[in-house]
Amino acid sequence: MIDFELSPAVENARQMIHMMAEQTMRPISREYDEREHEDPTDWHQLMWTMSSQSPVSFGGSKGDKKQGPSEKNLTSCVSIEELSWGDAGLYLSIPNAGLGGAAVAAAGTPEQRTRFLKRFAEGAPKWAGMAITEPGAGSDSAAITSTATRDGDEWVLNGTKIYCTSGHRALEKSEGFVVVWATVDKSAGRNGIKAFVVEHGTPGATVIRVEDKMGIRASDTAAIVFENCRIPFDNLLGNPEVKAQGSEGFKGVMATFDATRPAVAASAIGIGRAAVDFVRDALAKAGVEIRYEAPMHKLTVLERDFMDMEANLQAARLLTWRAAWMMDRGMVNNLEASMCKAKAGLSVTLVTQKAVEILGPLGYSRKLLVEKWMRDAKINDIFEGTQQINLMIVARRILGYSNKDLN
Amino acid sequence: MVNFEPSEDQQLVRDTVASFAREQIRPAARAADESGEVPEALVQQAWELGLVQSAVPEAFGGYGDTRSAVTSALVCEELAWGDLSIALHVLAPRLATYPVIELGSAAQQQQVLPAYTGERFVAAAAALTEPSFNFDLNECATTAARRNGSIVLNGAKCYVPLAAEAQHTLVYAHGEQGLGAYIVPRDTPGLAVVGREQNMGLKGLATYELQFNDCAVPAENALQGDLRPVLNRMRIASAALAVGVARAASEYAREYAKERKAFGVFIAQKQAIAFMLAEMAIEIDAARLLTWEAAWKLDRGEDATREACLAKRYAATTALKVADNAVQVLGGHGYIRDHLVELFLRNARAFGVLDGLAIA
Repeated sequence: MIDFELSPAVENARQMIHMMAEQTMRPISREYDEREHEDPTDWHQLMWTMSSQSPVSFGGSKGDKKQGPSEKNLTSCVSIEELSWGDAGLYLSIPNAGLGGAAVAAAGTPEQRTRFLKRFAEGAPKWAGMAITEPGAGSDSAAITSTATRDGDEWVLNGTKIYCTSGHRALEKSEGFVVVWATVDKSAGRNGIKAFVVEHGTPGATVIRVEDKMGIRASDTAAIVFENCRIPFDNLLGNPEVKAQGSEGFKGVMATFDATRPAVAASAIGIGRAAVDFVRDALAKAGVEIRYEAPMHKLTVLERDFMDMEANLQAARLLTWRAAWMMDRGMVNNLEASMCKAKAGLSVTLVTQKAVEILGPLGYSRKLLVEKWMRDAKINDIFEGTQQINLMIVARRILGYSNKDLN
Repeated sequence: MVNFEPSEDQQLVRDTVASFAREQIRPAARAADESGEVPEALVQQAWELGLVQSAVPEAFGGYGDTRSAVTSALVCEELAWGDLSIALHVLAPRLATYPVIELGSAAQQQQVLPAYTGERFVAAAAALTEPSFNFDLNECATTAARRNGSIVLNGAKCYVPLAAEAQHTLVYAHGEQGLGAYIVPRDTPGLAVVGREQNMGLKGLATYELQFNDCAVPAENALQGDLRPVLNRMRIASAALAVGVARAASEYAREYAKERKAFGVFIAQKQAIAFMLAEMAIEIDAARLLTWEAAWKLDRGEDATREACLAKRYAATTALKVADNAVQVLGGHGYIRDHLVELFLRNARAFGVLDGLAIA
């Protein structure tokens, strides 16, 4: 039965997180946009404490995969929207298992899950990152050149990784880890690519740079060099065998995108909603009414623009909820996950740009947060698969094409 | 609890209508466009699906089934996927029956509804749009004045489907309390069917211009109550029909792109084409979900005006863009009337231009 009403449990979580976002994130939003590379330590501690006590997942996977039909992913998307309404950069900086943890949960053995994920339920705040991108390999993640060479009971990693979210906090500011993608056999292409867990403080793993960015400045984006970095043999996630057909490691990690793309879409929607809410209030204060029923010749450009902002935002939200709902039901959502990500990334990029335009000089000023939302929004059109990569995936799915058929 | 799956009953209805659209409506689409007529046998077959009768209470010979706007949205999408002209033709009687079911008094229901529960298709219509670029429904130029216990209508309407045969036409006019809707039976003096309109698209659908010259109906023929849910049902129907046309165009283009070769590969293997097809798929799903949400809200008895207006606007934009890109995917072949995409494009332009052609 088609229904768009959040269940009381999800609605309660939404309200609780909204209040938290309003009271603890908005007041420091501008501050940590300007104090890039600094840590909102008190707030991180608050998030760490809350997430260990709360039944609500604060974004990252906690690693418990064994669940039947639930509202886990929908709750997650609704929560992420509220957190990102508060501040998308701060949301991304929340100490938790994050993308690295999601990879461990998806591709790791039970022993690995315990060994690597237990830490997120105890002690001081921790982070985990995912290191895939290299200076010469972004969307084409099968083209990575970082290597892992076996040496007895160890793997020796060499290469350079960039754009590792929370990489600095994971490796050097907490007892976290980074999941590194590297090839064990260059001649095997993507089948040779495996995921390795590199613990904080491992010799040979060095954060050489934390990027200066257009937006989401509260989130650390690290460049990491691995130079003869030795890790235990059983830090490889999944099967070390290089098979001719299919590779569990690569595929397993790619599969995590089906969960993380709706999450990114939800974050985008949170930023877009912040902008739409702000514009709606500003217009109401100025006595400008949006006349939804007015005929074409009476609508102002402003009314048309605002209605398009609202409709696109809601369309993106419903596509996102659908992708999450499918996951919760155990349905394959690869197509729908890419659909919502492509739609939300683009829509929110445009919605926030339009918000700056509508508010004019106020929108452009750093006195308000609107310009920040526009800067923050753009990353959602890029990371976790650019808009174009997601369109490619959508096209392959609806056409029944493989990577070879359409590339 | 959030759920994107239609109920079993709804899926059954959707599947039934989808088969009918695929097997009966689509094969007749081109001929209807060329000849300007929908075959009587097809109209009769559609009638037997119960599209009109199902919502009529049993007391008046109907099935007394659900009046869910969500179910209607599913039906509208499938019918329009087959062909928009034929869909609007077979749905036209609902323009008169639905508002009477929702808002009519017992006497009005007795007056109108039994005519639409018989064995044969009976035409009915609504007269809403007026022939001017600055038409505003809430400030209709057509007036309804109270005189000696009658309502006297004056003005002109256009795009009135099936007006020449309609047993009842529900006329929207500006009365004492603003916008009102009035039941005007066939052959009421002062009602003139001026002539069949010739349009860019919707050519299979017979639409007419009407003139009202002191057209008097009894005061009891005025529908009472809040018209907003009725107008929102029209918006939801428009949105759902637009989704159907968009889906038809996108599927046509997709199939073509998988068969047409250029530069040694199927054109669907080229990103320029593949991305257009991907965007179509995303926007169609987006428009459908907005439509469902508006319909769901209306079914809950809430004011769905904002959602219905946004869904209608979004779906109209989507239908036009998708149909245009579908023609583009076929290139020169898309411009030739051998293929249906040019028909989809002409029909898609009706959304956002013409109102009041269907009700969900």
